[in-house]
Amino acid sequence: MKDHYDILVIGGGPGGAIAARTAAELGLSVCLAEKRAAIGTPVRCAEGIGTEAIAEFVVPDPRWISAELHGAKIVAPDGSSLTLSSEQSGNKVGYVLDRKVFDRELVWQAAAAGSDVVVKTRATAPILDEGRVRGAVLDFCGTTKRVSADVVIAADGVESKFARWCGIDTTVPLREIMSSAQYLLTDLPLDPHVTTFYVGTSIAPEGYLWVFPKGERSANVGIGISGRKSGTGHRAKDYLDSFIASRFPKAKQIEFIAGGVSVCRPLPCTVADGLMIVGDAARVVDPITGGGIFNAMFTGRMAVQVAAQAIASGTPSREALMPYDLTWRDSPMGKSIERNYRIKEVFITLSDEKLNAIIQTVGKLDLKEFSTFNLVKELIFRNPRLLLDLAPLRDIFK
Amino acid sequence: MLSVRRDICAYCGCCVSVCPQGALELIDAYLDVGSSCTSCGICAKACPLGALEVKDEGPL
Repeated sequence: MKDHYDILVIGGGPGGAIAARTAAELGLSVCLAEKRAAIGTPVRCAEGIGTEAIAEFVVPDPRWISAELHGAKIVAPDGSSLTLSSEQSGNKVGYVLDRKVFDRELVWQAAAAGSDVVVKTRATAPILDEGRVRGAVLDFCGTTKRVSADVVIAADGVESKFARWCGIDTTVPLREIMSSAQYLLTDLPLDPHVTTFYVGTSIAPEGYLWVFPKGERSANVGIGISGRKSGTGHRAKDYLDSFIASRFPKAKQIEFIAGGVSVCRPLPCTVADGLMIVGDAARVVDPITGGGIFNAMFTGRMAVQVAAQAIASGTPSREALMPYDLTWRDSPMGKSIERNYRIKEVFITLSDEKLNAIIQTVGKLDLKEFSTFNLVKELIFRNPRLLLDLAPLRDIFK
Repeated sequence: MLSVRRDICAYCGCCVSVCPQGALELIDAYLDVGSSCTSCGICAKACPLGALEVKDEGPL
């Protein structure tokens, strides 16, 4: 590790890895610091992603693809279901990844491109100079080192601290944290190419429960519920355990993880003097699906592209870095977060009876483009009375 | 005061994100509770496993 880099990346998830890889490819000196002792573990993710989304960043490789998805199923509180497919996309709509291998691959690529990488190295404070971020104090097994950088990229995930230490309020409102738990189960009956989502207040209040296949007889079975619905005796793990006991009583457990997924709006501003915030740390998670891998990689790459120009032009001030914030907000990703946030805010108010009715009237859907927006559009088309409930969204679906 | 049941905590960081004081920090397999904690209990509610508890400090 050197004393100075053009770019210092805090966090070795997909956002940080793509940021480091991009920086190295652009010829910048860059170091990626991961606080955990190993890249990729523990995974806190259901591991689903769209096929096109991932191909934008890395060539799909069977080494880190656990399952190829051909469709999805949404199960209503009363058990009726809606099957989604997409003939137009060749019925190849997504993957379930093996994040342990995937995250490492991205960091290998960053290293191969020329980035320094250190693990078990935690940022403990920013180096501040008249309010401008100038680097970070890094701690490695009790040894402290001050590393200066023209730009620090905070890619430190849902439990991010770095931006907060720089004076930015990153608090996720209690009602907008998905309190989550997941088992990797094996020996359970499933369709290995279909993801299933269960909705309903008694299943997963203001959230959903998922079964994401990881092979012929294994799956990530997890749940996210709103933090405001969580409490003693009715936590994410309680809901999940009771679902598994009734649906998959013979399944065996390979792994258990917990986590938090933010479904709030992104941070109001994702840059400061010498600082850029990407991925989960910037709260750029899809508010409906909770998916964040693509958004992290997308913002990670864009942050560095803007940082490179700002560094070349002299001072990486807030103004010079601002194009990053404006550009991702105006991108299809940024717009879809805003749209899906508004859709989410309405859908969490729908009663179980309403959800049953919507899902019963449709049954089966072939989507041209496999997205939440298209799904809701189709649901309205087939169920025009739904527009009454979705009145606040009329401008979106006009 | 806030007490962490280390036998239950899965070190997931869910609590860190909702703490309005920024008092919590996830340091690998260790959840650090800083001095700015006000025992508001938001983290205890959000915890997916029930590893956090606000305990009454009792009479001084």
